[in-house]
Amino acid sequence: MIAIIDYGVGNLFSLCSSFSFIGKDAVITNDEKVIADSERIILPGVGAFEDAAKKLRESGMADTVRSEVKKGKPLLGICLGMQLLFDKSFEYGEHEGLSLINGNVVPMSNVIPPELKIPQIGWNALHFPKDKPKSRLFKYIEENEHVYFVHSYYAADCEKDTIATTEYGAEITAAAAYENVFGTQFHPEKSGNTGLNILRAFCEL
Amino acid sequence: MITKRIIPCLDVKDGRVVKGVNFLGLNDVSSPVSLARYYSECGADELVFYDITASSEGRALFTDILKEVAATIFIPLTVGGGINTTDDFDRVLKCGADKVSVNSGAIRNPSLIYEAAKKYGDQCVVLSVDVKRVDGKFTVFAKGGRENTGLDALEWIKRGIDSGAGELVINSIDTDGVKNGFDLEMLEAVCAISDVPVIASGGAGCMEDFTTLFRTVPNVDAGLAASIFHFGEVAIPDLKAKLFKDGINVRL
Repeated sequence: MIAIIDYGVGNLFSLCSSFSFIGKDAVITNDEKVIADSERIILPGVGAFEDAAKKLRESGMADTVRSEVKKGKPLLGICLGMQLLFDKSFEYGEHEGLSLINGNVVPMSNVIPPELKIPQIGWNALHFPKDKPKSRLFKYIEENEHVYFVHSYYAADCEKDTIATTEYGAEITAAAAYENVFGTQFHPEKSGNTGLNILRAFCEL
Repeated sequence: MITKRIIPCLDVKDGRVVKGVNFLGLNDVSSPVSLARYYSECGADELVFYDITASSEGRALFTDILKEVAATIFIPLTVGGGINTTDDFDRVLKCGADKVSVNSGAIRNPSLIYEAAKKYGDQCVVLSVDVKRVDGKFTVFAKGGRENTGLDALEWIKRGIDSGAGELVINSIDTDGVKNGFDLEMLEAVCAISDVPVIASGGAGCMEDFTTLFRTVPNVDAGLAASIFHFGEVAIPDLKAKLFKDGINVRL
């Protein structure tokens, strides 16, 4: 069973449906026992980093997620849920993340040409780093498949753990992983068959 | 690089897709769920559902259908029609919509854009504007294009973006239904003042119109159409192959 962490942010209907669609049980929960009994964890999120990080801490879910990860359970953070995995975010100030992957979340405006729109909204192609073996998360997909992004900030200083990038006026981190912790900046639950294939691979980790 | 999006729009009334639809291989051509699945498999990048129901029973039917669509189709879904309050946002977001489009509701109550953007994020709020030239000036029309609001379209759009609209759908009443191409002049004017994605609507009659749109107004992010897709005049896989051949970046 997959535990989709409910800490009061975002719309989890599609995420939950996408797992049922590929034949996997998923529950939306903030019950520590349910999470402890689960086989893998999804950390979703939309909105602002500071507010989400606060809700994650105050609900006790930050500690729960950390201790489950320590046991070796696979975790997938999606969109803002991915950004929360890093050390820090510089979205309106400076805020602590979960420090499960090394790196910082910074504005895309730092690196992309000013004529490009922010947020990046739409389908963009995935590229896998040439100097590493392809991540197990992408075992069912190929280089250049498109996924759906909606974001203004991105994870930087995480080259070592980057498992996919996308090109938006600069090379932007699309996914990162450290040991059993995975994160995608894009929305696999909104990325058609490519996204479902990524979720399928996650369920086999 | 990010791709240009192709978006079919489905008008739904009392739970059925209106406008005659004619597809081979689709048993139930007015079922929103079958059509949505068909478009998703054809490579549509996003779907817009427009609820044109007036009754509350029809509205409940619409959200049931939306749920069914969102449970089986995993591409972004935008919902519009009858969105007047943040409760309306809540109602459709809970059923699986990713974005909500506001039009007349925001004209009546402009703070709706700000309130919804604050609550659900800018990315969730799509400002849809029906624009028509009146004495040579781009003017906003409400109630499905029936009522002249007297508002200057470019000022209204700027105000909407400042209030938190994360995307724009620009529907030209002047070119809508004429099938002679998108309103390039109007879209150019909107793109010049917009730093959020612009979705062009109204006027597509053939595949070439999309190539012309993306070449002439490169800042347009997406092309939206209804009848040419529903009637099978333009098949999305053919359209995307043509755009690709014409050097326009699309998701194949």
